[in-house]
Amino acid sequence: MSLTLESASAAPVTAAPPEVAPAPLSSLLYRLRNPLLAVIFPGAVLIVWHLATYGRKYSLIPPPSDVALALWDLAFGGINDDAYSKTLHIHLLASLSRVYGGFAIALCVALPLGLLIGRIALIRRVLDPTLQVLRPIPVTAWLPLAMIMFGLGPRSAFFLVCLGVFYPILINTIFGVRAVDQRLFEAASMLGCQGTAQFFRVVLPASLPAIFTGLRLGLGFAWVVIVVGEMTGVQTGLGAIIMEARQLSRTEIVICGMVVIGIAGFISDRIVLVLGKRLLHWSPSFA
Amino acid sequence: MREDANPILDLRGVSKEFALQGQRIEALRDANLRVRPGEFVCLIGASGCGKSTLLRIVAGFEIVTRGQALMWGRPITGPGPERGMVFQDYGLFPWLTVRGNIGFGPSARGRPTQEVRETVDRFITLVGLQRFADAYPHQLSGGMKQRVAIARVLANDAEIVLMDEPFGALDAMTRERLQDELLEIWQRTRLTVLFVTHSIEEAIFLGDRIMVMSPGPGRIDSEFIVDLPRPRDVVAADFNDLRRELSLKLHSHHARKAA
Repeated sequence: MSLTLESASAAPVTAAPPEVAPAPLSSLLYRLRNPLLAVIFPGAVLIVWHLATYGRKYSLIPPPSDVALALWDLAFGGINDDAYSKTLHIHLLASLSRVYGGFAIALCVALPLGLLIGRIALIRRVLDPTLQVLRPIPVTAWLPLAMIMFGLGPRSAFFLVCLGVFYPILINTIFGVRAVDQRLFEAASMLGCQGTAQFFRVVLPASLPAIFTGLRLGLGFAWVVIVVGEMTGVQTGLGAIIMEARQLSRTEIVICGMVVIGIAGFISDRIVLVLGKRLLHWSPSFA
Repeated sequence: MREDANPILDLRGVSKEFALQGQRIEALRDANLRVRPGEFVCLIGASGCGKSTLLRIVAGFEIVTRGQALMWGRPITGPGPERGMVFQDYGLFPWLTVRGNIGFGPSARGRPTQEVRETVDRFITLVGLQRFADAYPHQLSGGMKQRVAIARVLANDAEIVLMDEPFGALDAMTRERLQDELLEIWQRTRLTVLFVTHSIEEAIFLGDRIMVMSPGPGRIDSEFIVDLPRPRDVVAADFNDLRRELSLKLHSHHARKAA
């Protein structure tokens, strides 16, 4: 209840000044408007969380201040001095390498495959039904098989991340290729660009916005499946410490892992988005 | 009477049938048309009269069911740069700038970069888009887009320009300006133009010759020679006479269709 009240009353206050002529102060407010609006809700959640957990001895969920301390200790050490102290960079790096490694491998397979399926009817008829049947199977369900095929450890993790990234890229690439306006093929061929030359001059650039959406969704998925991927018995990684801390009832470490995954995923999505805007500034949907 | 002239385009008994949900649709029946080099020919008629089909056959997008479509005496088997098409919906490449769109044909055909740049500059100037050379299609108005589309086929050494209701989506003011510009370019370059329209006034204003087509099945019904001096005055008496004549002709098709 208090959440909605608070965000509702706070929003108009920050939103009001910028509409008028920008004096120095209000122009600063104007630039800060979006960040300010964005922190209202998490701020409210923190307050509720704090009120609900702080000072209760037998609460299963630690208060935000405990989590903040644990996060600091995880990153820089010097507070708890236990097995987790000052290990964040190891786990973050391990997860980053799996997310981007798995993403890169999936990209190398899904992108060419999507282009071929979208463009060549025979390949589509051969592969598409199988791929569509495999698609609804969740990554979690692949876990036992992955551990049999690839053994305990990072190779299974790579495989599972790959699997999660594969379909968003594949589906969007196929869609992008098939949605190319027929008119553009006519235009290219009457200008003397025919046959396979159309692939690089028309198909690829025209489907780039859709492919890019696939990359963005895929990378997002990589962060989603990283926890499952690191349930395969790897020692390091954000997913690994979440699973381990859970068994040790170190809930504040679990929450730290969640927060770091969220922030890392957010930053990597922003990077992709900025890249996309630079590459696709011709597209009205990205500009 | 013009049988002696060596035609750039020669359609002989051209028919086109489509299969639509198992039914055969006759889009064009026994069309004959000869176009001399440098001529401006308009095709006019109600929707479904096969005028766009005829144009697409010349472009090489459709293959004839019966008859022959010849350019310089050789059968048309597919699209080619000597027959440039200007679409009503522009068909510009959204990922290329004005410059890139105009240079698309020459660079796709392997012309050296320097030559492409010079060609592009020349045609950007011809259509007056110097200030928008680096703009993308989504930043341009409809009239500007159509200028790019015209420049694009001219820059690609088209000998005949096929225009499928190119100004149909533009507002009246822009349309008139582009009609003037097109005539100026046509007179300067001595191109051959095959122009599909459904506007009687546009056909009389632009064409040397107007082919009136009638629907169900699409065919060429009659031919009008426009020998009014250019620039043509759209409110002159002889312009109006021709307009009335064409209008009667076109309306008789509707009456026949309704009957």
